[in-house]
Amino acid sequence: MSDVNPVPPDGGDILLQVENLVKYFPVKGTAFFQQREYVHAVDDVSFTVRRGETFGIVGETGCGKSTLGRSIARLHDITAGRIVFDGRDISKISQRRMRPLRREIQMIFQDPIGSLNPRRRVGSIIGDPFAIHRTATGTERKRRVQELMERVGLNPEHYNRFPAEFSGGQRQRIGVARALAFQPKLVICDEPVSALDVSIQAQVINLLADLQKEFGLTYIFIAHDLSVVRHVSNNVAVMYLGKMTEIAPADDLFDTPRHPYTGALLSAVPLPDPDHSDERQQIVLVGDVPSPIAPPSGCRFHPRCPKAAPVCVTQDPKLEPRLGDGPGHTAACHLPMAQGENLADFKPSIGAEERVIEPEGVLAADALPDASGNGTGDGSTVALPASGEGGKS
Amino acid sequence: MSMVPEVTGGGSQATLEAAAEPIPVGRKIIQGRSPWRLAWERLRTDRAAIISTATIAVIILLALLAPLIAHWLGHGPNQQFVDIGEDENGNPIGPNGTFWFGTDSSARDLFVRTIYGARISLSIGVLATLVSIAIGTVFGLAAGYLGGVADALIARFIDVVLAVPFLVIAISVASIWRPSFWLVIFVVGVLGFSYPARIVRGQVISLKEKEFVQSARALGAGPLRIMFVDLLPNVVALVIVYGSLLIPAAIVAEATLSFLGVGVQPPTADWGAMISDAQGYYQYGYWWYLLFPSLALLITTLAFNILGDSVRDALDPRGGGIYK
Amino acid sequence: MALLEVEDLTVSFRTADGIVQAVRGVSYDIEAGQTLGIVGESGSGKSVSTQTITGLTKGAQVSGRAVFQGTDLLTASPAQMQAIRGAKIGMIFQDPLSSLHPYYRVGWQIVEMIRLHDRDMSRDDARKRAVELLRLVGIPQPETRVHDYPHQFSGGMRQRAMIAMAMALNPALLIADEPTTALDVTVQAQVLRVIARMQEMFGTAVILITHDLGVIADVADEVLVMYGGKVMERSDRRTLFYASHHPYTEGLLQSLPAYGGARERLRPIPGQPPSLLDPPPGCPFAPRCPYAFDRCRTEMPPLDPVGGDAGHVSACWLPHDSAARAEVREKVLRAQPAGSAGA
Repeated sequence: MSDVNPVPPDGGDILLQVENLVKYFPVKGTAFFQQREYVHAVDDVSFTVRRGETFGIVGETGCGKSTLGRSIARLHDITAGRIVFDGRDISKISQRRMRPLRREIQMIFQDPIGSLNPRRRVGSIIGDPFAIHRTATGTERKRRVQELMERVGLNPEHYNRFPAEFSGGQRQRIGVARALAFQPKLVICDEPVSALDVSIQAQVINLLADLQKEFGLTYIFIAHDLSVVRHVSNNVAVMYLGKMTEIAPADDLFDTPRHPYTGALLSAVPLPDPDHSDERQQIVLVGDVPSPIAPPSGCRFHPRCPKAAPVCVTQDPKLEPRLGDGPGHTAACHLPMAQGENLADFKPSIGAEERVIEPEGVLAADALPDASGNGTGDGSTVALPASGEGGKS
Repeated sequence: MSMVPEVTGGGSQATLEAAAEPIPVGRKIIQGRSPWRLAWERLRTDRAAIISTATIAVIILLALLAPLIAHWLGHGPNQQFVDIGEDENGNPIGPNGTFWFGTDSSARDLFVRTIYGARISLSIGVLATLVSIAIGTVFGLAAGYLGGVADALIARFIDVVLAVPFLVIAISVASIWRPSFWLVIFVVGVLGFSYPARIVRGQVISLKEKEFVQSARALGAGPLRIMFVDLLPNVVALVIVYGSLLIPAAIVAEATLSFLGVGVQPPTADWGAMISDAQGYYQYGYWWYLLFPSLALLITTLAFNILGDSVRDALDPRGGGIYK
Repeated sequence: MALLEVEDLTVSFRTADGIVQAVRGVSYDIEAGQTLGIVGESGSGKSVSTQTITGLTKGAQVSGRAVFQGTDLLTASPAQMQAIRGAKIGMIFQDPLSSLHPYYRVGWQIVEMIRLHDRDMSRDDARKRAVELLRLVGIPQPETRVHDYPHQFSGGMRQRAMIAMAMALNPALLIADEPTTALDVTVQAQVLRVIARMQEMFGTAVILITHDLGVIADVADEVLVMYGGKVMERSDRRTLFYASHHPYTEGLLQSLPAYGGARERLRPIPGQPPSLLDPPPGCPFAPRCPYAFDRCRTEMPPLDPVGGDAGHVSACWLPHDSAARAEVREKVLRAQPAGSAGA
């Protein structure tokens, strides 16, 4: 069980190049005389994906990762920027010209229920690519569909069943089969295992790995589960509010994160390891993700960042190598984290009006225990509500 | 992903992992069922559906066998029995052994005319509904999926059609062209398209954002294919429900037109026309002339309405097990 | 006596396809102030069992006992259950948007809940209490926020508002059914922090239902593993992760990406979750178990202690002696092709 990386970081040629991609959505319902508001779903994103690798994208709700995936697949028109796929600029081509390219860029969606038409039979669903691109008909099409079904671990005799008759993991396999009909060059997986049970997740992850090896696929793997992303990816990008805050090879990102958001994200993930959770220092970020309609100025993370300084409010940091890292590891931060730094030791040096409102109560800063889970006395001064019946002795 | 699995031929591995299904030993295997079968089973056990279907079946049977019945009774639908079908003053006679429903103002067998009337009502009802559904579905799909200008145009067009009173248009059209069987179908059918169109449009709009539509686009499907291959099957259920509710409306519309004299023309037996004629006789005590055609119309529309409700309950995705 | 003692709970539902046996003879108990984590996948019965205990499953056939502070909840009258729910047992669910009423202000909902159980409290006092509760769970500017509607809160805030409502009357037991499944990981950390601190302050016992083993490792004292409507294993937290006995637990831990070194092929549990319509006799995990032998398929193993530790029980026919168990594990692992998942 060796840890072999078939794609050396500076080896394989570039399959996808995204430059300064921007995608804004107009906010509906603004009256004529009001200024148009936009959701800044993806704001100036640039990255490169090499042939044969798995490029992971993580982020929380509202960070724009799904929109990014769909924009690359040209399911949306993009607002600005360039997408170069296999040497071709597909940023602005029409949907009609995009059609033949759809054999090369495919998507697998998150929701195994919603991504399959409930009123169509599975054989017909998987056969869609052949029908749309007119490459096989009749018995030939059926044969190829059944071949695909077998390839992904489905029983080919279930050709005529409806999606509702399959379990969640099996439905996801149907989606995979459909995406693979033409052995595309690039497969964009948008949260492919999030909706599945844990034991089934592992099956599907293994399946995707096998297929990658067999067909030489390149994956963009979008997910919010950091453990899964670390497992599958060669390189990982972290997104926050429409921007990429850090890009690094998977192990580097998890071992030496540079961006404080990455640090906070990693510390928030509960690992199935009691020793680890007893020992670790958990950084609990305050507040919620701001609205992408009016994102904060400068570095978008500054209202919640434990290290925020005045420069973070005014200047949007560039995504570039920091603290002596190589070109493969970039972070967009003025005050990146050095190795061994503990975010809990820092306090932001900007005024309260630039910060999110600090909560009181059990989430107040001075209520943080020394070690997570083994809270020492609560330092906050919140009065107990008058008790009714209860377990409090 | 970069592991080197020791087992070559990863596909068989994946197959093994998935196919080790826990089929319980010695127990029956639950058969998977399609959404249609589920709906059918729900419908089968619905008492209201059974009764209304039986009623409709009887009506259809009578309508189909009308010529035979007429022949067997010896009374044609337009045959006038001046000697036995009228009283001394030339007025209709009531139900008796020869004329089960009595006679109408022209001494014709009311029973035979009533069941002949069923032929007109049912055929126009169904055909006009089919026209409405066909036009409405296409417009609804286009408006819902294409959105933008197409939607705006179609939606406004629907609004206009809905705004103008049906009867005004119907009468105007009938006065320009001669009223006839096919004209009635045309008028009722075309003017009725707005209901299914609206429903379909609404459904399509909500389906448009679903992931399976996005995946169809990701595969390279064009709008036409998405509308007719992906969206249409999801809309069919709704269309069937509204269609079955549209039939009684079409029947009543047809009866209204002939009541006003701009529908099917005499001497063709038609419930609306008969009711119209019967009005002048009812107040003089000739009740059967008004009662039987009205009753026939009532029972027919009621049966279709109840069946339509049951069909909707059976097909309603919220009530069913389409999504686990 | 334990705070809640569940004995041989069985819950089944009549459906169009037949009788679904959602919970089959489950027993557990929880002490005051303790955190019990219940872990399981779809169809394990974990949610149904707690919902039945609080009387939230309509139309179910229920048998067994669930004794809470001396009262058997399964046979209590509706009036008794009304009094217990909210005041003595609080509940929070996965999706706060569907458990908070969308048309009423958050503060109003909390006030109404308080006054439902404590009729002597005046509306004013209840309102002050609601604001204090929101402040306690870390909602910023609670005096203004108390007048907001649920949709004006973010997901994490809504969940914390639910916690506030559930804790308003100082219940002895809080049942949290997948409270963080739908939340982002940083928000999840906030919510879990709130639950833990509230628990500390009020001495509440917590039943936390989840499928996320990471959350379990973080917060649970004792863990119950459920599968196919039955309890497979119960132990304290550390034992579960470092010295589990049951093959299902083992399989779960091994199928996680965080486990095993990075990039090794994962070892999923082959097959699908079981159907509850016609469960086979014997152990529900047998069809997917790499260690299964004939007895497993015909006879359901009892929940017996492992290695002399009464606090660690496992329902498995494999030897309960740790050394013998380890031997069996080695044998089976050697018999499998290396790197595969025991298909």
